Amino acid sequence: MIDLVAKSPCADLLPLDIGTVTLTEVGPERMTSLAPYRGREAALATVLKQAHGVTWPAPNRATGRDGARALWFGQRMALLVGPAPDARLAAEAALSDQSDAWAVVTLTGPGARDVLARLTPLDLRPDRFKRGHTARSDLRHMMASITRLGADRYRIMVFRGFAETLVHDLRAAMERVAAR
Amino acid sequence: MRITCPICGARDRREFYYMGAAVALDRPVPEADAAAWNAYIHERDNPAGLTRDLWYHEAGCGAWLVVTRDTISHEVHGVTLASDMRAGG
Repeated sequence: MIDLVAKSPCADLLPLDIGTVTLTEVGPERMTSLAPYRGREAALATVLKQAHGVTWPAPNRATGRDGARALWFGQRMALLVGPAPDARLAAEAALSDQSDAWAVVTLTGPGARDVLARLTPLDLRPDRFKRGHTARSDLRHMMASITRLGADRYRIMVFRGFAETLVHDLRAAMERVAAR
Repeated sequence: MRITCPICGARDRREFYYMGAAVALDRPVPEADAAAWNAYIHERDNPAGLTRDLWYHEAGCGAWLVVTRDTISHEVHGVTLASDMRAGG
């Protein structure tokens, strides 16, 4: 009998503490993409609010809190992070389980923005990319989801297969920021 | 170069994939004659000045965009969602 062991994407790679910045893995956590059926956007927003207490996010915005969050995730799509999706959501939207598909990390500490700025062309200035803002963008040629959760706290997601590259690139940027 | 995606806002060119001239918006009807299909498939202008391209916001929201820009000054004059162009006619 083979005993399969669940392994998170960044197991053996994290956490990292370099200078004033810390990189940790998030999860495992339940993640579900919600793509509303044509004309069902308002109905989906209502069910999402009733079932999970989370507002449907406008483009480039994240709503909710730790434990139940919705990230805008692209054209006509949001990512529900935390709870298992309520069955009523399935009547209004196409749901896909994304829990195992992404490497999810948190970059925290003074200087986190400087580290991230070395890897993505996003405008990360504090008055442009505020707490509760999210973006789909490019992180060293990887398609990423980047969310600002606090003054110096960012949630970064890339496809699971890029976990090692993600950690490698973040480590290099952390070392260079710390060396300045 | 920055392109202002109607959904995401102003973003770096690296987030976008360049498709080419926006001819796909004017696809001939299936019964069109060979000359029309030949022009659609093979003939491209190489304008010095205003041009209309299709770009894909690959690393961003995933929208296809119609970008009107100037090949001389590199100025971007307008960006619209390709899906809106199709819906409009």
